[in-house]
Amino acid sequence: MNLTYFILGAVILIGLFLLWLYNSLVRSKARVEEAWSHIDVQLKRRIDLIPNLVETVKGYAKHEKGIFENVTKARSAMLGAKTVKESEEADNMLTGALKTIFAVAENYPDLKASVNFKELQDELADTENKISYARQFYNGNVRDFNILIKSFPNVLLASALGFKEAEFFEAKEGEREKPEVKFS
Amino acid sequence: MNLYDQIGANRRRTILLFIFTFLAIIVLGYVFGFYFEDPYLGATGAFIFSFAYSGAAYFFSDRIVLAISGAKPIEKKDHPLLFRTVENLCIGAGLPVPKIYIVEEPALNAFAAGRDPQHSVVAVTRGLLENLEDEELEGVVAHELSHVRNYDIRVMTLAAVLAGSLVMISDIFLRSTRYSGSSRGGRGRGSGAGVLLLIGVLLAILAPLIAQLIKLAISRQREYLADSSGALLTRYPEGLARALEKIAADKTPLRHVSEATAHLYIKNPLTAGFFGNLFSTHPPIEERIRRLRQA
Repeated sequence: MNLTYFILGAVILIGLFLLWLYNSLVRSKARVEEAWSHIDVQLKRRIDLIPNLVETVKGYAKHEKGIFENVTKARSAMLGAKTVKESEEADNMLTGALKTIFAVAENYPDLKASVNFKELQDELADTENKISYARQFYNGNVRDFNILIKSFPNVLLASALGFKEAEFFEAKEGEREKPEVKFS
Repeated sequence: MNLYDQIGANRRRTILLFIFTFLAIIVLGYVFGFYFEDPYLGATGAFIFSFAYSGAAYFFSDRIVLAISGAKPIEKKDHPLLFRTVENLCIGAGLPVPKIYIVEEPALNAFAAGRDPQHSVVAVTRGLLENLEDEELEGVVAHELSHVRNYDIRVMTLAAVLAGSLVMISDIFLRSTRYSGSSRGGRGRGSGAGVLLLIGVLLAILAPLIAQLIKLAISRQREYLADSSGALLTRYPEGLARALEKIAADKTPLRHVSEATAHLYIKNPLTAGFFGNLFSTHPPIEERIRRLRQA
């Protein structure tokens, strides 16, 4: 009789523990997803600025066709990105392509002086700052989530329920310092 | 201590603060009432007052504090740099963007207030905006946002308002004893009343000191914590360290400040006299800079 109660008690305790564990896994995963949406908003904002930028630069530097191709390619790669990895690659490509545009703009004083161009440049710099902060927050959440699902005994439940490690969103080497485009 | 422990500790402190203030106000009311020969009316009055006051303090404390400080709300176009700095750091910390205020004073200081991250405000002085470089401003804002994220703001804002009420009540009490002491002195009174009067005066004198001590317990350690988690957010401790150097060097007094709100600021805005040191709400700035640079 006593043994029955003991077993019953143990089962209830384990059940409660599993319930609690499951809830913390779900919560942590939701945090990662929410953090990703912050990055997504900024990535979207960035690609929305691209057509405008291309138009403005084209107005002053018509024959620099090559530079627009890369930007457009990066932009469509970004729009088509489904996973964190793909977004990350497209984002890095876009950063590189934008750098070229701004480098070319150096040769066109009229373009550099145009108010529109300056505004776009500010907006882009601001968005890049925001992306890097959003990335910081996202990666922090990913780290917490991955630690949670990989530590024992959580790993048993997590793998049984198919919780997968979340992916970090990483910047290209050397991009972590302030992504500011300086002219002058 | 991680973020969640700290939030838990802050919640307990908030409750303790409420209970303490509640009891203190009732005791003061009782003594006050005894003096006017109806202690129960005094206590009941104080009880009702406490309820109304605590409720008001909880929901309006940020507005009260803002009114005391003389801060004005701004929009993005008024100061895009400050706005962007706050926005970016909020993204990094995963916080909603607080309301942003500027205090039109040349002194270098800043504070955060509110009851939770959804109802929070960050205020900086004009002097701070004019004298700090971008990275330094970022450091200061990150420090303030750390207070928001840890729920420090709730305890600190409530402490400001509730401690303010203790100061206010004991002030009224002290004044009325002085006033009626001369006019009603002729009426014979038992020695029991004399003793209670003494206790009352003692309480009235002690209340502000006790209020100070609560604030002390609440805010010294958390300044270090906010410094370090702020530095973690910007990934650049030097920014805040340099900002603190400039803030420490600045001797311009802040005009709109009271004993009750002093602990909210990044640097104690009151000039430290004897009591300033004894009941200081802030650790020495040199020590904070040293810790930031050590990391």
